[in-house]
Amino acid sequence: MHWNTGYQEEAMPLLQRFVDQFRHAEAVVSPSTSCVAMMRDHYPLMAERLKDEKLKAEVAKLLPKVWEFSEFLTKKLGLEDVGAYYPHRVTYHASCHGLRSLHIGDGPMKLLRAVRGIDLVEIENLEQCCGFGGTFAIKNAEVSSAMLSEKVRGVLNTRAEAVTGCDNSCLMHIGGALHRERTGVRPVHIAEILASEEGGQR
Amino acid sequence: MSGTALDPTTAPKFQDAARALMGDSQLRKNVRHATKVIQTKRAKVVAEMPDWEDLREAGKQIRQHTMRHLDFYLEQFERNCTAAGGHVHWAKDAEDARRIVVELVKASGADGVSPSEVIKIKSMTTEEIQLNKALEAAGIHAYETDLAELIIQLGHDQPSHIVVPALHKNRAQIREIFQREMKLAGTDFSNLGGTPQDLADAARRFLREKFLRVKTAVSGANFLVAETGSVCIVESEGNGRMCLTLPDTLISVAGIDKVIPRFQDLEVVLQLLPRSATGERMNPYNSLWTGVDKAPTGGDGPRNFHVVLMDNARTEILADEEARQTLHCIRCGACQNSCPVYQQTGGHAYGSVYAGPIGAILTPQLMEMHHAQSLPYASSLCGACYEVCPVKINIPEVLIHLRNKVVKQQSSGFHILANPEVMALKAVAQVFRSESVFRASQKLGRIAELPLSRKDAQGVGWIDWLPGMLGGWTQVRDLRVMPKQTFREWFEQRSKGAAGRRAEDAAGKESDHGR
Repeated sequence: MHWNTGYQEEAMPLLQRFVDQFRHAEAVVSPSTSCVAMMRDHYPLMAERLKDEKLKAEVAKLLPKVWEFSEFLTKKLGLEDVGAYYPHRVTYHASCHGLRSLHIGDGPMKLLRAVRGIDLVEIENLEQCCGFGGTFAIKNAEVSSAMLSEKVRGVLNTRAEAVTGCDNSCLMHIGGALHRERTGVRPVHIAEILASEEGGQR
Repeated sequence: MSGTALDPTTAPKFQDAARALMGDSQLRKNVRHATKVIQTKRAKVVAEMPDWEDLREAGKQIRQHTMRHLDFYLEQFERNCTAAGGHVHWAKDAEDARRIVVELVKASGADGVSPSEVIKIKSMTTEEIQLNKALEAAGIHAYETDLAELIIQLGHDQPSHIVVPALHKNRAQIREIFQREMKLAGTDFSNLGGTPQDLADAARRFLREKFLRVKTAVSGANFLVAETGSVCIVESEGNGRMCLTLPDTLISVAGIDKVIPRFQDLEVVLQLLPRSATGERMNPYNSLWTGVDKAPTGGDGPRNFHVVLMDNARTEILADEEARQTLHCIRCGACQNSCPVYQQTGGHAYGSVYAGPIGAILTPQLMEMHHAQSLPYASSLCGACYEVCPVKINIPEVLIHLRNKVVKQQSSGFHILANPEVMALKAVAQVFRSESVFRASQKLGRIAELPLSRKDAQGVGWIDWLPGMLGGWTQVRDLRVMPKQTFREWFEQRSKGAAGRRAEDAAGKESDHGR
């Protein structure tokens, strides 16, 4: 948030903190594409700017162990079918960072297709931004709202009961509008779907 | 917007201009339609190129190399252009460039009489320096000959796109502008039809008379070739070819960033540009000329040829290592078409002739960060612009870099106290630095949000109103309250003893965290 809004100096101390926290981890898994994109795209640059050779080396060592949740399953663990059961009509929102920064491609779709009972429908203009963009949603609320409106229309056109994705911030954004308009469509993180199993229906 | 020049020094903030324009449903429909059509055409002709990514990389390398040795290539261009009979002028800024062009036009008249008219080829560089206004002030009327620029000029409007300046107008609107404004002896435009053929025919009749009569032309340039001293212009309508060949005097205004090293480099950029800009494999008209025709009886082309090389803050951009790539731009406009923000607002919201993502990085830098500070924030950083850029300008990176410059301006001196955003983000940064403070603030947040929260039928708390800046969120979105248990708390509890916890529980708790 700080880095992308222009507060680079404020973001800097968080890098050392991240390394301290996760130095000994075998894998660092994040349920958010934009968080992982921030790390992969900017952490090396931050370490470079801090002119801290030790930190730079640690970042370089740690980054390959950082995974976005869906790519951890598909790329690191080689899984597609995790044995989940989710008998609902669902559409998938591909977040910009997942699509254009992490290039996770159809990994999440493969995971979802393997879910038993799921009725997966593709949204139109899959690659289009939902309009969140962090502080953009507040600083340029009007434009963000217009972009969101197009995305919500896309979701509703699929007649899905839930919209899923790999980024909590997009889901919070889309879900906020779906609730405001009382559409009855809910946002669910892909992890929730993949963790659902038979007998778990309420 | 019509009539008022797009001037970043006086333009309203992007947010405010956008709000006003977004109320224009006709404009929004036009912009959405046009950007979609061009995007689809572009995608088709890009997909048929197996080596597109290699071409992009080659384009990037050429531009990067040129910028690293810009002084060398500019001087090489000057030498070769001069040797071929052209005259090269150096302009430090917009004012300098306007003065040089006005003087050159005045001197171009026969028998020392200043001409009262010039014909022009579409040029964003001359729009950047508001050349037409300066010419007008000197008693010289400039006729725009590009169809879109003609529509803009006759409609007392401003360009909203760097390739398709009248993109925000539809055919019915254009017809009415022509009917109202086109005046030509012996021609009646009052019964003008509304088909593209009708409109093109009217423009042709209106313009042809100017091509044949006016003896001085002003153009921009797509590329300057250092190796040969040549100037290259690509276009679709043939009006450019007319302006380049019929008048006696041609004055081409170019930013110093337009130079490329070798003739051979055209192979790359002339593949990248048309496919990215208009979705064409090749531009219908590709003009390339070197100096003047020296044949005593007069052959093709102008007898007097001038190039005005303009800096206008480009060297300042060059000095900024992270933003330097802004100068790699070859003005294809693909980033504008692909941008979900531009698609909603159109170009005028950017308060500059350079709109869209490229405008959001170029304009504030041309203003040396003294104006247009709201533009770097006119993006959700979705990355669509970077993806389509034919020379791989990482626009999101440059946007973030410029945001940092803006924040530094706002954080200096007394500004900081007047800016709640700066204070808030600095405070949050402190919270993120300590686990205990972070946990405490989560607890505090749960209490603070209580008065704003309303429970729905499922017992879930939602916030539909937030104060101040945050109100931008709740104008169309609700916000779910923080969960009773955070992911972190759940995770700790889970690893303490409940190793065999059921997956459905995991899912439920994780979703709480997610919202």
